[in-house]
Amino acid sequence: MKLNKILQNILLVVLACIALSACATKKVSTSQLQGDVYTGTDTVEYLASGVPDRVFFATNESVLTTASRETLRKQAAWLRKNSDITVVLEGHADERGTREYNLALGERRANAAKDYLMTYGVSSDRISVLSYGKERPVDSGSNPLAWSKNRRSVTVKAN
Amino acid sequence: MRCIKFFLLLLIIFYYPTKSYSLIEVDITRGNLNPLPIAVSPLSTDEKSRKSFESLIKKKNIGEEISSIVENNLKISGLFNPLSKDAFLQAPDIANLKPRFEDWNLIKAQALITGKVTNVEDKLRVEFRLWDVLAGKEMMALAFTTVPTNWRRVGHIISDKVYERLTGEKGYFDTRIIYVSEEGPKTKRIKKLAIMDQDGANNKFLTLGNELVLTPRFDPTSQMVTYLSYFRNLPRVYLLDIETGMQEVVGDFPGMTFAPRFSPNGKKIIMSFAKDGNSDIYTMDLENRIVEKITNHPSIDTSPSYSPDGKFISFNSDRSGYQQIYIMKNDGSNVKRISFGKGIYGTPVWSPRGDLIAFTKLHKGKFYIGVMRTDGSGERLLTENFYQEAPSWSPNGRVLIFYRETKTNDKGEGFSAKLWSIDLTGYNERMVKTPTDGSDPSWSSLLSK
Repeated sequence: MKLNKILQNILLVVLACIALSACATKKVSTSQLQGDVYTGTDTVEYLASGVPDRVFFATNESVLTTASRETLRKQAAWLRKNSDITVVLEGHADERGTREYNLALGERRANAAKDYLMTYGVSSDRISVLSYGKERPVDSGSNPLAWSKNRRSVTVKAN
Repeated sequence: MRCIKFFLLLLIIFYYPTKSYSLIEVDITRGNLNPLPIAVSPLSTDEKSRKSFESLIKKKNIGEEISSIVENNLKISGLFNPLSKDAFLQAPDIANLKPRFEDWNLIKAQALITGKVTNVEDKLRVEFRLWDVLAGKEMMALAFTTVPTNWRRVGHIISDKVYERLTGEKGYFDTRIIYVSEEGPKTKRIKKLAIMDQDGANNKFLTLGNELVLTPRFDPTSQMVTYLSYFRNLPRVYLLDIETGMQEVVGDFPGMTFAPRFSPNGKKIIMSFAKDGNSDIYTMDLENRIVEKITNHPSIDTSPSYSPDGKFISFNSDRSGYQQIYIMKNDGSNVKRISFGKGIYGTPVWSPRGDLIAFTKLHKGKFYIGVMRTDGSGERLLTENFYQEAPSWSPNGRVLIFYRETKTNDKGEGFSAKLWSIDLTGYNERMVKTPTDGSDPSWSSLLSK
């Protein structure tokens, strides 16, 4: 059931990527959403040149999309190069859930990112996890685009 | 916090438990569209007592002040309709001796409250009577002596006694609400613990707002509170004694603990602990500090709440794929899903009466506060809104308090969070005023039991 959903999501993302690259104009990508995962760059900051600081999630999900994996691989490479840097992964949820569940969901999302960084060679003692649930949205809007920006895990330099 | 130190001397001088067949009673099991007309005559005060209290507690007319507390409580309960004082024909002091029932009948009062305030050795002595206007009989008479600064509580205790006499159930007026005060922009809210009387008086901030605080809950047996604090960016469950201000972390967990609540006897904290992306439910015994793991499942298990007898625990889990409500025995065995309606369900809280579980439901983009029986049957949705959650029961199990957040406009402006209350009947929905925005309310037990 769950695996099916994961595969489905991956398939969706892949299909969307193909669709987007097929009509290679920038106008199409301004929709900024694939499924309900944010793909824009409005809120994204950079840990270093070409290393985005955050990844986004679908509603109620903690599955990493293809784009998220790519971002995290860049972060892992940057962390391997800068071995004195430690990071906090801040996990967040949108405002459309109960406060306590969202705290758990934020923790789950940040850990999904942490696990991925670890598989790409970043030691677990350089990564801590902090969930904010729905407490720290980046976008104060009450609409699907705002919520998609808020469902995120942000990698923050801790030292 | 002196006001909490409970040296209210409750001196019952005469009390008639008139179980006789009085004509008036209030049915609180239905929505009350015809609240009982009641006349609250100002408590009379002799000139000497009035002046002494004016200098002691800076209230010009203490009798009137106490009466207006009673009047306001009865009104917000939705069950009573306090009549305008302008229509009262009889002077307060004379009414307290012997009401002229024809006069009160004339203004359609069915019940009448009278009373008297005196200064006895710089203590506040209050006596009051409840009269059945139609039957022309006294239903109840009580007197209290206390320190003058407790004058508001006297008003609440009178309200509770009247409520109990007329509805047959305990009141909830001599209680307090602990909640999270909120200020600032939505993306950077400043949150503080705050406490106030049930009617909004005596609001006080308990933390400074330097760190994020969430979900305070009262111990049903004392003035202790448990809550989540992000002190030093380590989200952990804390205990706070609101009399002394002493705080301590609950347990020694290597990660986030959250969603705390007390057991009904106040001896344990039940909460979630999140580790490696998985949240399970734990308890900690406050006496011997023994920690027990109650659920063990790779899904998110959180928002636990005990049944009033302490034998069962309700919680929400996404083990079915989405958030749903479950109950289990207090040792974690016999886990049973009870919510099967459409949508997702969370924040189950067991009624103090034991028969119902209040919850938050999200369905088709709307949030509901509702109740269901403890086997999941009889689901009843009380209120629908853009966003609302986290119900907390009044100690008599008749009213729920929760919070609502507004939808922002296209520019992301117009965010607010407010406390609201609603009767179990689904009637009498009202905003609970707070000096700042508010969320995560928790209702205390009756202060005087």
